[in-house]
Amino acid sequence: MSKVVTDVICPFCGTLCDDIEVVVSDDGKKIEDVYNACAIGAEKFLHAQAPDRVKRPRMQQPDGSYKEVSYDEAVEYTAQMLYKAKKPLMYGWSSTSCEAQSIGHEIAEKVGAVVDNTATVCHGTTLIAVQDVGIPSCTLGEIKNRADRIIFWGCNPCHAHPRHQSRYSVFPRGFFTNKGHTNRKVIVVDPRVTDTAKLADYHYQVEQGRDYELLSAFRVALRNEPLPEVVAGIPREKIIEGAEVMKSGRFGIIFFGMGVTQSLSKNHNIDNAISLTKDLNEFTKFSIMAMRGHYNVTGSGQVLGWQFGFPFSVDLSRGFARYNPGETSSNDLLVRGEVDAVFVIGSDPGAHFPISSVKQIAKLPSVCVDPHITPTTEISKLHVPVAFVGVEVAGNCYRMDNVPIEARKVVDPPEGVLTDVEFLTRVNARLDELMAGGK
Amino acid sequence: MAKLKLNLITGRTIHQGVAMEGGKEKDAYTKACGIIEMDPSDMKKLGIWKGTNVRVTSEWGSVVVKAVEATQGPHPGLAFIPMGPWANAVVNPKTYSTGMPTFKGVPIEVEPAINEPVLNSIQLVQKKCRGEA
Repeated sequence: MSKVVTDVICPFCGTLCDDIEVVVSDDGKKIEDVYNACAIGAEKFLHAQAPDRVKRPRMQQPDGSYKEVSYDEAVEYTAQMLYKAKKPLMYGWSSTSCEAQSIGHEIAEKVGAVVDNTATVCHGTTLIAVQDVGIPSCTLGEIKNRADRIIFWGCNPCHAHPRHQSRYSVFPRGFFTNKGHTNRKVIVVDPRVTDTAKLADYHYQVEQGRDYELLSAFRVALRNEPLPEVVAGIPREKIIEGAEVMKSGRFGIIFFGMGVTQSLSKNHNIDNAISLTKDLNEFTKFSIMAMRGHYNVTGSGQVLGWQFGFPFSVDLSRGFARYNPGETSSNDLLVRGEVDAVFVIGSDPGAHFPISSVKQIAKLPSVCVDPHITPTTEISKLHVPVAFVGVEVAGNCYRMDNVPIEARKVVDPPEGVLTDVEFLTRVNARLDELMAGGK
Repeated sequence: MAKLKLNLITGRTIHQGVAMEGGKEKDAYTKACGIIEMDPSDMKKLGIWKGTNVRVTSEWGSVVVKAVEATQGPHPGLAFIPMGPWANAVVNPKTYSTGMPTFKGVPIEVEPAINEPVLNSIQLVQKKCRGEA
């Protein structure tokens, strides 16, 4: 007999869907099916059961092959590496719980590390802009119940946040939006005709990298000031029409993604998008929200924020927290060769950093804590497999609108596999011994 | 041999997401991300068929991927490689004092590379780190 675990939280993207149902075998060991999740979320649950999963730490040998080692040896190597390093980089944190992040930061403070999360290659520039000009935001519940103007700027939720539109932003019937998507006007700004653009009422096929100009043009149109005939590839009339649509709503929201954060101008694009939101509040109620990728990247920013005052790129090597993206951010540190050890947890810089940074990780003493085999684990000196947070161990996570949600445990991890919290706690304890003068 | 200059952007696709969660060492990940989505008109200009292997070169590196027709188009002049090690072999690592590498808007040159294989993610990263490929 199998049983169904309901109200499971999906640990894939920042939408953090909380209505997943997972069918597990009677002994609670095997996941048989996953309901309600998107294709990516379902794959994440099912992959936890993969027969070829790595269940013990592996140390890289000089010839490139891997040798299985015990968790004790893995703890020893990690603690020694961090203890000996002058300025280690502790990167990742976005696919693990806030509890693990908190212990990790304790370690970072002890050894004088730089702590950075995946925002550094995702919404880091957003965080810079938010610190510069603030952010008028709201929760996804308010979007569902109130928003009748939805703008997706430089993001493609059909592919990156597959259930975002059906749960919160376009299709659901809310208290004041009881006709679902027919109550809403959807505007998409993207240089490609994305699948999200295909279901929008208005698509602005902006010239790639010209978001700043188009944002400015909308702000000009709102003020009824003169515009050039074409801005960023968009004709004047279309811009004026778009500004009218935005103005005439009761509650609007701009969701934005990598299109603005990773194109040139970066944080300035977001400054301008937030300023457009502010301008729109002269006419109606408008909010803006970042489409966060990893399910707990928001949580990592939160925990770093409470503990050190900054949301990413926190340099603790001088004994106090410093923050200066461009200087204390992972890619800059790696490319300049300023760190002498790398500890990775809950992310995959090997696949998602530019190759010049990856080459640097491969040269250094490195530990990767990850349940999967990834390009990072295959270039790190030590790979420590752990239990999946949100599948095999519970923990606190933050949704993209900064709402904390407790992820649930669905099945037991394979026998003997540690959780992130257990592994970090043991490394922390061993570091205490080393620092007290022990061997 | 024909060469074509394009503007590269990178990003997520649902295939990339599913393959990534299914295991980055698996073939499905290479099939989902070791590709370049091109506008049909650009493929014609380059004189290649759908499914031809091409070499993508930028100021920062070079990689072999499979050319496929963009499903989210048309967008002449623009190329798309899903986020992953193949895209990251050629993106602009400069952060311009923001911490964020420039993953979108990378000038690239594409040329047919019919006899060169598309490496899987692990081989690609390991070879690049050893100074090969």
